[in-house]
Amino acid sequence: MTKVTMTVNGKAVSKEVSGNTLMTEFLRDELRLTGTHVGCDTSQCGACVIHVDGKNVKACTMFAAEAHGAEVTTIEGMANADGSLSVLQQAFQDHHGLQCGFCTPGMVMTAAKLLEENPKPSEHEIRDYLEGNICRCTGYHNIVKAILAASGQDVSGIAAE
Amino acid sequence: MYSFEIETPTSLADALSALGQDEAQALGGGQTLIPSLKARLASPAVLVSLAKIDEIKGITAGDGTVTIGGGTTHAAVAAGVAGSYPALAALAGNIGDPAVRNRGTIGGSLANNDPAACYPAAVLASGATIVTNTREIAADDYFQGMFTTALEEGEIVTAVTFPIPEKAAYLKFEQPASRFALVGVFVAKYPDGVRVAVTGASESGVFRWTEAEAALSADFSVAALDGLSLPAEGMMGDLHGSGAYRAHLVAVMTKRAVTAAG
Ligand SMILES: Cc1cc2nc3c(=O)[nH]c(=O)nc-3n(C[C@H](O)[C@H](O)[C@H](O)COP(=O)(O)OP(=O)(O)OC[C@H]3O[C@@H](n4cnc5c(N)ncnc54)[C@H](O)[C@@H]3O)c2cc1C
Ligand code: FES
Ligand code: FES
Repeated sequence: MTKVTMTVNGKAVSKEVSGNTLMTEFLRDELRLTGTHVGCDTSQCGACVIHVDGKNVKACTMFAAEAHGAEVTTIEGMANADGSLSVLQQAFQDHHGLQCGFCTPGMVMTAAKLLEENPKPSEHEIRDYLEGNICRCTGYHNIVKAILAASGQDVSGIAAE
Repeated sequence: MYSFEIETPTSLADALSALGQDEAQALGGGQTLIPSLKARLASPAVLVSLAKIDEIKGITAGDGTVTIGGGTTHAAVAAGVAGSYPALAALAGNIGDPAVRNRGTIGGSLANNDPAACYPAAVLASGATIVTNTREIAADDYFQGMFTTALEEGEIVTAVTFPIPEKAAYLKFEQPASRFALVGVFVAKYPDGVRVAVTGASESGVFRWTEAEAALSADFSVAALDGLSLPAEGMMGDLHGSGAYRAHLVAVMTKRAVTAAG
């Protein structure tokens, strides 16, 4: 067992974990933060994307011990301080960027990083950046539209689908 | 996953002594190793993470060369060599997806030597030097077939030095599900000749297409490649493409790489 200490969504946490505890297991089972989803568990689908020290990573393909000392943000840390949805989350709701919602935490975490790196991405840049995030329901169209809208770009000309 | 201990040393010396333990294995970005651990294809007793060792990370420019630390992530390579070696930056920036690029490392990719990985093509086409904790290995001696390299047990890739070419390009025909190369071709033109390395195609892993190299060294143009082809024998065949298809793609992608290199 190893003792790991990190900051998750602004709160310091400390736990004893075994060497093979994945970040997904640490967040979901130890901290009960079940917003980070596990789809494939093989680094393919992106449902588990979180931010570790400011970088988007797949939590299913990282050990908790590797995040010792890190600043971690999960989907539970994305809403505004008063509990209302962030601009990006609200855009997903407004533009029907989700159906079953399984992929949504990873989509939001990935899109948030994209908008930090590239505040006004083109449709092509959005699709390219979402390459590692798979959605079984929406056909991506409305996810892309929600991200365009969240970046302040006009989406009125894009048909709803 | 089987159980194991994990260590996170901050110096290369500590990592090497940790790797001296029985059944210890290095952990780079984990993007290949963690899925293999889950599939129980590896069962180390101790995993030694290299991610916190600053001395094997980062990019330094030399005289006509660029040296990349073995623990440098694909994302850091994509950003760090955009000015000095744009073809290499483009290759790194197109591996997998952004989250994979934030964890996966050049050292891990080269140690793994997946027959469809991208970096082996760049390293072989550039005639790069692989630097380990004990020695320097020329690219031509390093790759020894699928998932096989010149590395000894416990040997760590600490850096890779690339001579910067006059012109270069990497063209990848992507396998859309895995995002690896179905076929990838790296063409690099140096004052003393052209090197062409092919990944994704051969049953023996990355290889140099010497006929194309000779033709391009004499005349660096798409026309110089006219009529050149590779046999289907020895090419990988699977549900994504037969050996003959891959052999054909190599010629097509080589031409496109020459065009892209300009
Ligand atoms: C969805 C997805 C898409 C991908 N697409 C591509 C792609 O398009 N092209 C491509 O090339 N790759 C691709 N990859 C693979 C990716 O580049 C991996 O990061 C890489 O192959 C392994 O690097 P790593 O640092 O993650 O190594 P790890 O997975 O940590 O380790 C791999 C092996 O190397 C050893 N090792 C690690 N670091 C070192 C070192 N410094 N010295 C010696 N041994 C070491 C480990 O012991 C292990 O045996 C993809 C991966 C995923 C999950
Ligand atoms: S669950 Fe992590 S990428 Fe699919
Ligand atoms: S909304 Fe169902 S997987 Fe994306």
